[in-house]
Amino acid sequence: MDLFEYQGKQYFARYDIPVSPGDATDSVDEAVAIADSIGYPVVVKAQVKVGGRGKAGGIQLADNAEEVRKHATNILGMDIKGHIVHIIWIERSSDIKKEYYASFTLDRPNKKHLGMLSAQGGVEIEVVAEEDPTAIALLSIDPIKGLDLPTAQQWVKDAKLDEEAQAQAAELLIKLYRCYTEGDCDLAEINPLILTPQGNVHALDAKVTLDENASYRHPEWEAFRVNETEDPREKMAKEKGLNYIGLDGTVGIIANGAGLAMSTLDVVNQVGGTAANFLDIGGGANADVMAAALEVINSDPKVKAIFVNIFGGITRVDEVAKGVLGALEKVTINSPIVLRLDGTNAVEGRAILLPHLNDKLITEPTMLDAARKAVGLANA
Amino acid sequence: MSIFVDENTKVIVQGLTGGQGRFHGLRNRDYGTKVVGGVTPGKGGTDVDGIPVFNSVKEAVDATGATASFVSVPPKFAAAAIMEAAEGGITFIVCITEGIPAQDEAVTYNRLKQEFPNVRLLGPNCPGIISPGKCNIGITSGDIALPGGPVGIVSRSGTLTYQALHELSQQGIGQTTCVGIGGDPVPGTNFIDCLKAFNDDPETKAVMMIGEIGGSEEENAAEWIKANMTKPVVSYIAGVTAPPGRKMGHAGAIISGSKGTAQAKMDALREAGVHVCQNPTEAGEKMVEIVRAL
Repeated sequence: MDLFEYQGKQYFARYDIPVSPGDATDSVDEAVAIADSIGYPVVVKAQVKVGGRGKAGGIQLADNAEEVRKHATNILGMDIKGHIVHIIWIERSSDIKKEYYASFTLDRPNKKHLGMLSAQGGVEIEVVAEEDPTAIALLSIDPIKGLDLPTAQQWVKDAKLDEEAQAQAAELLIKLYRCYTEGDCDLAEINPLILTPQGNVHALDAKVTLDENASYRHPEWEAFRVNETEDPREKMAKEKGLNYIGLDGTVGIIANGAGLAMSTLDVVNQVGGTAANFLDIGGGANADVMAAALEVINSDPKVKAIFVNIFGGITRVDEVAKGVLGALEKVTINSPIVLRLDGTNAVEGRAILLPHLNDKLITEPTMLDAARKAVGLANA
Repeated sequence: MSIFVDENTKVIVQGLTGGQGRFHGLRNRDYGTKVVGGVTPGKGGTDVDGIPVFNSVKEAVDATGATASFVSVPPKFAAAAIMEAAEGGITFIVCITEGIPAQDEAVTYNRLKQEFPNVRLLGPNCPGIISPGKCNIGITSGDIALPGGPVGIVSRSGTLTYQALHELSQQGIGQTTCVGIGGDPVPGTNFIDCLKAFNDDPETKAVMMIGEIGGSEEENAAEWIKANMTKPVVSYIAGVTAPPGRKMGHAGAIISGSKGTAQAKMDALREAGVHVCQNPTEAGEKMVEIVRAL
């Protein structure tokens, strides 16, 4: 789960990482009240999970209540690359002497934690990484040992952070690492991490991705589950606990396993069709999950045919077949369903469907055949 | 020959008394796998369809001489179960559990490497391993595999592993071993581990490698293949048309550069002399062609 900046800063605050004083709101009046209480000048920042909001006019400086009102009115409801701004973050404006970059993530090839620190932070960090990789001090951290203060103190020197910033930065990095590990982040990133003329180091932005697999031990994450998606299909899928991503095509896709679901998209594309979605019903999918998946796809008016591609492993194909029939009893599915069923209990599953087959419920022997059939129906 | 397991491998199932553990553990036994015990704390002394259940891995290993474990427990308990297996004397651990936090996986992986360098972990979040006709540990449906070789399969995706087996078996092409390494960020066993083993296995004549978008395991495998592999490799990478996944912010872009896309992976593999195919069926057909020409 990607967090909005304000949520990331709230999460940072739990780990005692210094951020600018501020608060989030969805109303203009409240924005003014927040600005009045923290003191001017303030920055009004659009909360969207997409880059380039500054260039789009989503970040504005305000010296007084009138300006806050003007900017808040403009920014709320603004469309930034297809993301509507529902929430703004108001924070005390900071004087900036230097901009750094800091992050922790998983180093997948080496199976260690990877810290990245640079004295050249800011919007151009990707260019820096490309043109002068040595400007980023990489730190490989053994997940068992973790990051200790002496190592962090050496690291800030290696990264050539300004001397007056080093002590505070080292301490902040220890806290950010705690946030990354104990906070179960896939990514904890600060860009820019700033040094103020007064000699203080704090986070001016927050980019946090939480590992959904760890949500069972973080009840506090529930509060972050707001405005996660604009797509009504995705909202519905989320409510039903499905792993769904909306696309623009006409063939609805249901598959088990992310790999097979991706492959199904590929094959539909190769035979001349377009997928309406990615939907992985996962391992252990049962009748209820299948019914929920069909309902979500059925809600998509662009869908002209549905391709159900199941290769049973943990998922048992007879359960899938029952789910399809169960869903057909509960809701009227508008589009024809083409099924390809193989794997665990496939024989039983096909037998369950056999008496119900008609021109709206079709089985095909192979993945490629089924893709062609579904695409043919969708393009007809 | 097979890699990692064979007909003599004795297996215990951690979580045998649970729904999934029971279903797949019994299926593995029905396939002919030597499933010699189960482990569920507090249920020692009972049995599951004649398979004795023990309170701990240590007890199970002492009583049965098992060397492999099939871990089928919920995500919360999986990391502890893996470590218990290693501490109890198991040397090959297959963990099918989906949904283990990445932080737990990273710690577990490194603890195993440091404290138990001779233990191999397969998974987590993988379908397991099957050496057709000999041993099946995990959730693969045994009837889609065909004994006798000569193809070795290694795959990152569960269901595409079955698809690969199916494509070959349908054409009468058997498999020496099929390894599902799983798609989690910290896999215990990677492509290169399997490619090495297949390269050294005299009965494996060709290898099918199924990858997917994300990470850089396929690119690393391509480098290894180019330098070391003596057998033909056919590959399929899922996700050419996949919607862009979760953005990992600047950090992701910095680590991976252009790596991670299906195109980058296919280019790297092609450059290494691998036969890269556009879909699982095409990969199956290519492999049939190669095997028939051997």
